[in-house]
Amino acid sequence: MNGQKPASVPILRLGDVLVTGLLDELDDKSAMAFLDELTERIAADAATGVLIDISRLEIIDSFVARTLSELTTTARLLGARVIVAGMRPPVAITLVELGLRLDGVETALNAEQGMAALGWFRTTVSGEGPHRDDAP
Amino acid sequence: MTPHDPAAGLTREWLPEPDAGADAAPRVYPVRTEEDLLEARHAVRAATLAAGFGLVDQTRVVTAASELVRNAYIHGGGGTLTIERLRRSGFRGVRLTVSDQGPGIPDVEAALTDGYSTGPGLGHGLGGARRLMHDFEIRTSPGGGTTVSATRWTQG
Repeated sequence: MNGQKPASVPILRLGDVLVTGLLDELDDKSAMAFLDELTERIAADAATGVLIDISRLEIIDSFVARTLSELTTTARLLGARVIVAGMRPPVAITLVELGLRLDGVETALNAEQGMAALGWFRTTVSGEGPHRDDAP
Repeated sequence: MTPHDPAAGLTREWLPEPDAGADAAPRVYPVRTEEDLLEARHAVRAATLAAGFGLVDQTRVVTAASELVRNAYIHGGGGTLTIERLRRSGFRGVRLTVSDQGPGIPDVEAALTDGYSTGPGLGHGLGGARRLMHDFEIRTSPGGGTTVSATRWTQG
């Protein structure tokens, strides 16, 4: 808008995994710019995994589907594995009817399962952690 | 494709909603900029909500609208989206009419085939939009632009 860069989605790095998401309000140009930035970050941070949360997306049309497929392919060429997490059920139903299967794009039910697939696990605090008041 | 397809025979006989307020009158939206594409999606979402569509039907219609307005924007050089809310004997409908003054579609059958693409999509846009809607009609001529009219119905 008015030539200003729209508020961009943060790309967080957790170890060798990049964590980010897509917003429903992104227009096509902003979405492409964001994915370009993400690709650059994969190389700059030597990421081996990328988690993209899409739970905010109210629709996925053929443009967004193509964008996600291309990002996955590009990331793979750079040595990173992309997992798209949190697709809403109505979006999944509509994608299938649209004839799109997102071939080659790995998915997870939610961000937590996506992170687990990328090697991140929620560890149960054993009682020795510094934040536990009831630690022995 | 759809278990109950009320489309057959209904398209010529639709009636405007009797409680025609501002929300039910046809509304025309420009499709000239990328912001317009988002605005169009919002307007279609609002129309499906007002028509009492469930979440999956809302998603189908908004997705079809996104494909159609993007086609008009990319291939047709921009155009308009008209949204109508319809009512017909036990059914409520939302009709999208997307018009552009672009070069037209030389081979409509090919354009409706999955995998056919001359733009930045997957080639599923037009055929996919047709599958997501109950009624679907294309009028196009070389140099004369393209108008796609698509309606989805829900019981109620």
